Amino acid sequence: MLPIIFVLPILQLVILSNAATFEIKNIKFSYVDHDKTSFSRALIEKFDASTYFHVIANFPSKKEANAAMAKGEVDVILEIPRYFERDLLKQKNTDISVAINAIDGAAAGVENVYINQIVQDFNKKAKVALLTPTDMVNTPIDIVAIPSFWYNKTLNYKTFMVPGILVLLVTMITLFLSGMNIVREKEIGTLEQMNVTPIKKYQFIIGKLFPFWILGFVLLTVGLTIAKVVFNVPIIGNLGLIYFYTAFYLLVVLGMGLFISNFTDTQQQAMFISWFFVVIFILMSGLFTPIESMPMWAQYVTEFNPVKYFVQVTRMVMLKGAGFNDILPQLTKTIIYAIIMNGLAVWSYQKTT
Amino acid sequence: MSISLQHISKSFKTVNAVNDVSFEVKEGELFGLIGPDGAGKTTIFRILTTLLFADKGTVTVAGFDVVDDYKEIRNHVGYMPGKFSLYQDLTVEENLDFFATIFGTTIEENYELIKDIYVQIEPFKNRRAGALSGGMKQKLALSCALIHKPKVLFLDEPTTGVDPVSRKEFWEMLKRLQQKGITILVSTPYMDEAELCDRIALIQHGKILQIDTPQEIIKHYPKKIFDVKADNMYRLLESLKSYEHHYSVYPFGEFVHYTDKREDFNPQELQQYLEAKNHQNIKIEITKTTIEDTFMELAK
Repeated sequence: MLPIIFVLPILQLVILSNAATFEIKNIKFSYVDHDKTSFSRALIEKFDASTYFHVIANFPSKKEANAAMAKGEVDVILEIPRYFERDLLKQKNTDISVAINAIDGAAAGVENVYINQIVQDFNKKAKVALLTPTDMVNTPIDIVAIPSFWYNKTLNYKTFMVPGILVLLVTMITLFLSGMNIVREKEIGTLEQMNVTPIKKYQFIIGKLFPFWILGFVLLTVGLTIAKVVFNVPIIGNLGLIYFYTAFYLLVVLGMGLFISNFTDTQQQAMFISWFFVVIFILMSGLFTPIESMPMWAQYVTEFNPVKYFVQVTRMVMLKGAGFNDILPQLTKTIIYAIIMNGLAVWSYQKTT
Repeated sequence: MSISLQHISKSFKTVNAVNDVSFEVKEGELFGLIGPDGAGKTTIFRILTTLLFADKGTVTVAGFDVVDDYKEIRNHVGYMPGKFSLYQDLTVEENLDFFATIFGTTIEENYELIKDIYVQIEPFKNRRAGALSGGMKQKLALSCALIHKPKVLFLDEPTTGVDPVSRKEFWEMLKRLQQKGITILVSTPYMDEAELCDRIALIQHGKILQIDTPQEIIKHYPKKIFDVKADNMYRLLESLKSYEHHYSVYPFGEFVHYTDKREDFNPQELQQYLEAKNHQNIKIEITKTTIEDTFMELAK
């Protein structure tokens, strides 16, 4: 069991952190060029030169392109109209059509942004090429926004994801193991044997949960080491602060595990209920989808999600270098949560049946 | 009185597991709770060991009330559940040490009490409990139940699933423990073990049928019992059941236990009846009454 507890999360951390990225690459790009001029070729070359697009087909007509899209062979169709170059030169204005496969809405959105960027870039260069000296006088000054990404300058997704995934793993392992552990005692009958002994409720509970509390710290340490060594995630803040927060956070998770095990009779039931909560916690933690974009009611629900606070705290401390005062709101909520959860767990644990 | 139950009832949803049960166990007595599976024996044990609340009635164990003084009771009783319930991944010695610690004692302190039993498993003390044989597990469980020198020992079907030699040894151990002044309440579905108890309660469907010493219970059996034997067991049973004067017919090992309605029953008549039915090698002999016969009679 012990190797499993450590090997699996490490594998997950390494695999998921590499796989769970919002960057979209290798977009299957195709085009229908009705114009066939140097301008239209220049535009297509710009797509070809991009690392995101992979130009795979050139269709003679829109109909065939649509058929390929239906089969899933291409993700994007760019249609360049006839007289593209002529209109651009004469009227300085023309339209191109872009069709994007939006089965995966999130991906389609990102693809749209990429395409727009390339087309705009092309536009700018075309403008320069088309400018005649007489126009110079009236050239409007283009205002270009240069975004600066704070705390993650290169917008590296791994920097963003690794702390979050690490949190998930610590949560999952400790919740599952603590929940199943006491139920297992019920299943094999040792709990009944323990119940006829004079052992006190709190002694038993501490004895059962303390090993998992320690285990949580060990997992966190292993995870942080991997984050630093393998992914080179910056750790700007004080690591001690993360451990301090984790001490309370683990109490919430362990209390929850104990609470679940009090209401279940078999490991299967305990696993099922733990899984139910873990899935909700993960999807509503702000790790994969920003909480700000959730509907209002869902945002209120996330207030009860301990994983959300842990994700926030690790990201704040690791990437932003947040101090004790910065994480105080999260810490306070977590401590209140821990008190309530463990109170419920101890209250519902009965030595008699 | 070491154990006293007064009008205990307990129901689970639709099942009436224990129905108005009362009995008392004297100090130092070896008391047997005898009944088939599902008779309510385990429920009574769970009430006595403070794991379950009775719906009605009062119970005291070692002078303490099971509801008000449950904490005291837990210090003074040893309980060995029917299912092996020690930590399978701890070794023999670790298990014993663990339970000794929980009860605030040490193995050395009460070694005298468990010595007889523990020496038999001591050669395997570094083996994990899960890897022990059935008889060994049971000895370990008994050692763990005794490690804090309990006043009362509860053994729920300790010999179920144990081989005959180990069963016999186990009862010898119980007799020795009894001599050390420990009150023992033991349940068993085996009628032959009943005769080894000081007193027994026959129980079925959550009700006590009779409480007495095994000898008295046998003595009170109203009929004479005959062993009947013939070549074809099945046909013999059929023939006996269709005999107009039969009172009870039960298969019992290689014989059929037969009782007659009439006071002045003559085995010769039965012999003639069976011969007329074409039975071969007929043997009819009077036999000793056993607890099982009594139980079958009472459970009718």
